[in-house]
Amino acid sequence: MNLFCVGLSHHNADVETRENFAGHAEIDRVLRDCGCNEALLLSTCNRVEVYAAAEQFIPTTQIARCLARANAIEVDDRLDTFYRYENVDCVRHLFRVASGLDSMVVGETEILGQAKKAYEAARIAGAAGRYLHRLFQRAFRVAKHVRTHTEITRGAVSVGSVAVDLAQKIFGELNNCKVLVIGAGETSERTVRALVSRGVSDLRVSNRSPERAQSLAGAIGGRAVPFDEWPRQCAEIDILLTSTSSELPLISQEKLAPVVRDRIDRPLFIIDIAVPRDVAPDVNALEGVYLYDIDSLRSIADQSLATRRAQFAAAEEIISKHVTEFNESLAQGLNRSASAEHPAVADSSLRASES
Amino acid sequence: MLPVDRYLLIASTVCFLLAIAHTALEMRDGLFRPLRFNFFAVGAGFIFQTAFLSVRGHAIGRCPITNLFEVVIFVAWAVALFYVLVGPAYRLSLMGAFTAPLVVLLQIFALVAPIDHPHTQRAPANSWLEFHASISLVAYGAFALACIAGVMYLIQERQLKTRELHSIFYRLPPLSDLFAAITRLLWWGFALYTLGLISGFFVGEPLPWIQITCATAVWILYGLILQGRYLRWFAPKRVAALCIIGFSAALTLLWGITFTTSTHTP
Repeated sequence: MNLFCVGLSHHNADVETRENFAGHAEIDRVLRDCGCNEALLLSTCNRVEVYAAAEQFIPTTQIARCLARANAIEVDDRLDTFYRYENVDCVRHLFRVASGLDSMVVGETEILGQAKKAYEAARIAGAAGRYLHRLFQRAFRVAKHVRTHTEITRGAVSVGSVAVDLAQKIFGELNNCKVLVIGAGETSERTVRALVSRGVSDLRVSNRSPERAQSLAGAIGGRAVPFDEWPRQCAEIDILLTSTSSELPLISQEKLAPVVRDRIDRPLFIIDIAVPRDVAPDVNALEGVYLYDIDSLRSIADQSLATRRAQFAAAEEIISKHVTEFNESLAQGLNRSASAEHPAVADSSLRASES
Repeated sequence: MLPVDRYLLIASTVCFLLAIAHTALEMRDGLFRPLRFNFFAVGAGFIFQTAFLSVRGHAIGRCPITNLFEVVIFVAWAVALFYVLVGPAYRLSLMGAFTAPLVVLLQIFALVAPIDHPHTQRAPANSWLEFHASISLVAYGAFALACIAGVMYLIQERQLKTRELHSIFYRLPPLSDLFAAITRLLWWGFALYTLGLISGFFVGEPLPWIQITCATAVWILYGLILQGRYLRWFAPKRVAALCIIGFSAALTLLWGITFTTSTHTP
């Protein structure tokens, strides 16, 4: 039995190509008709990959045709964007993908959930058999192992997610946190949405233009508050997100100090993503106030990314060990049990690939 | 040939040292993970401590807090007890990495310092006195854990304030969780200590003024910390710092109580 992977990803194919070959509803049947004994489609926004087990060699062109969403797509013109991994390389590739090493954002964990969903869908459809079952179960274990024994997933790597992570490190659960947004920019909206996704429900929006405040409040499920009310609001809220276009700092230590004195037992997290800054830097000196501007958020994101990259070698080492173990166990265990049912498996190319 | 109880104490110390070594290795590799190892190492150390106290208690026929050596081990045991009870419940498994060094310091001090002097003229066992002394020492365990949580809080707070986030930042619990743990531990410690203090009035023999003064000073100190926390005199950072100062003072006063009096022996 031959294990292989054919696909394209963010490394070498643009989004249009990925869209054109993202598969379709009939993909399982089509792949079986191609000669695949087992087949699984992993389709995400960054990659489209077919993992398959087949007794005979199935050319990449044929798999690409199966993936094409429309007959009009010229497969031969795009063939150079496809990659192909066979046997041991296929195993290694899947382990790297599941561990987030092949992702656009190194160490991201969303891909693991997507791989699990793809496997589950193939299992329910009867398209994944014993080979893909063992391959994917092992891949999930490897991903967990890599995540536990390296820092590959440590920290957040975007401004919005860094802000959310910091908020969680201050307040724990965000469900009871009150957030005030001053200004109504695109980045602040993204950051607020990230906070909402972690449970924040009490949102207040303030802007010099009441219409814009109303508009953003409507979009994120919050309520608009008059702009001159922000000092009073600061006494109640936990997180302040500012992104106005003011030329001078809106919030100074003198203005905020009396508010902070009245809320001594509750921390205040200020996210200032405005340029020029809305909050004077010396505000951070106030007790219980944690001020992060756009540069400090970016710096943490860069630091996390560098840490993740530094863990690459350790992660690759773990993956190599698992690849060797997996191929040995597959060659011994599965071939022995499968030989009675499928005599052809005895000539496994996986076994050959080890030599 | 060492007595059996010493071997148990050494085994316990080795377990706590293993927890420290594991943490040190992790930190050297740039990782700082609570994992289960710390919890199990501290748990095993706690079992050996309990066995030590049990063997010692049977040998002397009373609660083993008859001299400074036993008192120090009893406090170390109370610290581990609170960690085993509190750590997992409040998702503070990383606390093991901070608890182990304190326990090791106490136990190594007890093992090395010449403080294990048997009392030759021992009064008959007084159950009220035993209860008073042991419950007060268990309260010290809660105060010690509050002190450790205070250290963790200050580390986390400093990283957030300076925006210099190290590996440990991602492993330490949120500030709010740490502050909640500090408050609960302070309450537990204060309640147990108050119980210990009240039971002191039922001992049936006059206690030296220095003991009463020291014990009352510790009680007032922690009462003030709790009062300040609820009346918002202190910010959480100050409460965390006061937990460290409070425990250091309480430990010094405990030494004073145990060292300067010979009559206060159950």
